[in-house]
Amino acid sequence: MEKLLAWIDDRFPLTKVWEEHLSKYYAPKNFNFWYYFGSLAMLVLVMQIVTGIFLTMHYKPDTTLAFASVEFIMRDVSWGWLIRYMHSTGASFFFIVVYLHMFRAMLYGSHRKPRELLWIIGVIIFVALMAESFMGYLLPWGNMSYWGAQVIISLFDAIPYVGPVLSEWIRGDFVVADATLNRFFAFHVIAIPLVLVILVFVHIVALHKVGSNNPDGIEIKKKKDANGIPLDGIPFHPYYTVKDIVGVIVFLMVFSAVVFFAPELGGWFLEHDNFVPANILQTPPEIVPLWYFTPYYSILRANTVGFILDAKVWGVIFMALSIMVFFFLPWLDRSPVKSIRYRGWIYKSALAIFVVAFVILGYLGTKSPDAVDLILMKNVRWAQIFTIVYFAFFALMPWYTKLDKTKPVPERVTK
Amino acid sequence: MSEGVDRDKRRFLTLLTTGVGAIGVGFAATPFVLSMTPSARARAAGAPVEVDISKLEAGQMMTVEWRGKPVWIVRRTKDMLASLPTLDGQLADPESKRTDQQPAYAQNPVRSIKPELLVLVGICTHLGCSPSQKFQVGPASGMGDDWTGGFFCPCHGSKFDLAGRVFKGVPAPSNLVVPPYMFLSDTRIRLGEDKKGAA
Repeated sequence: MEKLLAWIDDRFPLTKVWEEHLSKYYAPKNFNFWYYFGSLAMLVLVMQIVTGIFLTMHYKPDTTLAFASVEFIMRDVSWGWLIRYMHSTGASFFFIVVYLHMFRAMLYGSHRKPRELLWIIGVIIFVALMAESFMGYLLPWGNMSYWGAQVIISLFDAIPYVGPVLSEWIRGDFVVADATLNRFFAFHVIAIPLVLVILVFVHIVALHKVGSNNPDGIEIKKKKDANGIPLDGIPFHPYYTVKDIVGVIVFLMVFSAVVFFAPELGGWFLEHDNFVPANILQTPPEIVPLWYFTPYYSILRANTVGFILDAKVWGVIFMALSIMVFFFLPWLDRSPVKSIRYRGWIYKSALAIFVVAFVILGYLGTKSPDAVDLILMKNVRWAQIFTIVYFAFFALMPWYTKLDKTKPVPERVTK
Repeated sequence: MSEGVDRDKRRFLTLLTTGVGAIGVGFAATPFVLSMTPSARARAAGAPVEVDISKLEAGQMMTVEWRGKPVWIVRRTKDMLASLPTLDGQLADPESKRTDQQPAYAQNPVRSIKPELLVLVGICTHLGCSPSQKFQVGPASGMGDDWTGGFFCPCHGSKFDLAGRVFKGVPAPSNLVVPPYMFLSDTRIRLGEDKKGAA
């Protein structure tokens, strides 16, 4: 065995890679609950790729066959229903896990110097994930697939001058059609997954260069022992591999409960209108994206006032901005400390208000703008208020994070 | 080390090689980018269609498919036409000033070639849903007591009158699109092509 390892090590840096990234990668010893979601996101990625490969064995990317082939998978393919429900549930769980992973960064300042690039790569992964799930959603060729794609692609029409040509190029036809389905299939099963895997690899390379942040938001590399090992660091393997396995088990319990008992989750994970085949002459009564897009959809619809440009164009601009603004987070935050543990009440309140705004925007995105689902006002008015709150969180951040009273940061990590 | 090395020359050659390489990549990418534009078959399917309107009664609407989109043809009654000028104050663009929403020959108060015959693309200018017809007048329409007939988009509540003109204060920014069309005879129209040629 040792001889074999030596033989490989002479030809490939196996032991070196193993040590650098696992057995001698020192992570802070004070990781808590919030640190499960990075490894869980990788688990879901692998699960989506594996279930996806088996789905492509039976799925047909053709407008006349697609809907029926999904039903075929559900009814006639042995265990096809399980594989498909794992894939559809996995999509929603991917976003749950990624949103929590991003929230962790905002809690403990994991995007701050020297981890800006790590964060930017992460935001690119998030954008790629959105593209991946949007394209995947067209594939069952249900009525919501069709009209959802129609609405989102027509957003590109709003871009001055090149808009109509660009949206025609994306669709490959004058409306969402067979050409669109076929290319979305190509992007969904190979192009974007490939990009995602590469980006995740790069994300981890960047992480292992700068080292993990921790709930105290201090650099463990500043205090090292005589051997150059951080005093507050423990090897990732076996300590955190074992910890993450516990997370994986708990995650799989929740995941299985949804897959087996509520795969549609009352229309939140699989929309009712998508059990009807696409009908190009009949719009569903209410076009609603899946839950993980609804905060941005709310922001898109909240702009009802035109100023130089059409209200619709502003809606598109603000929606794009609401995602792009995450790229700038490391520089918007001017607090002298990273972790929320040592920040004052201003950042704590701001982050709490932001979470509330995000959730309410998400809820409103599933409702008709003209209805009254909260109190007093139409949904669209509330969406406008919370859109302002959403952007104020970022726009005012350079000031309130500086203003905020911070507590002294400890030298070594705490419990 | 740097003895005998002409750095300027080296930098120039590097730049030149990179530039030529970039141009090559550009040329190589062109066929791939263009392969994603509508295919010859999609363009052929987007060819003009002829519609027989002889059986369309006054006050009725028919829907035909052109380029995969619903196109509405409505034979408006005298009452319907009479209602149009009364709405001007409530509309966002009553005179159809946005020129890209209709061909020049439909830029008139009734937005059509022949006043009674309305031809519209049945896709909401907001986000691409297909509005439903609300031709009944007054309370019976469920659209309010002063409703004089028109179209209503169930997705985001945009309202249009019987010339496809958009009301103020709704999400849709502009009037419904009038496609290019022409009359071949009194009972036949050609969609997607007019005297100026195919769209």
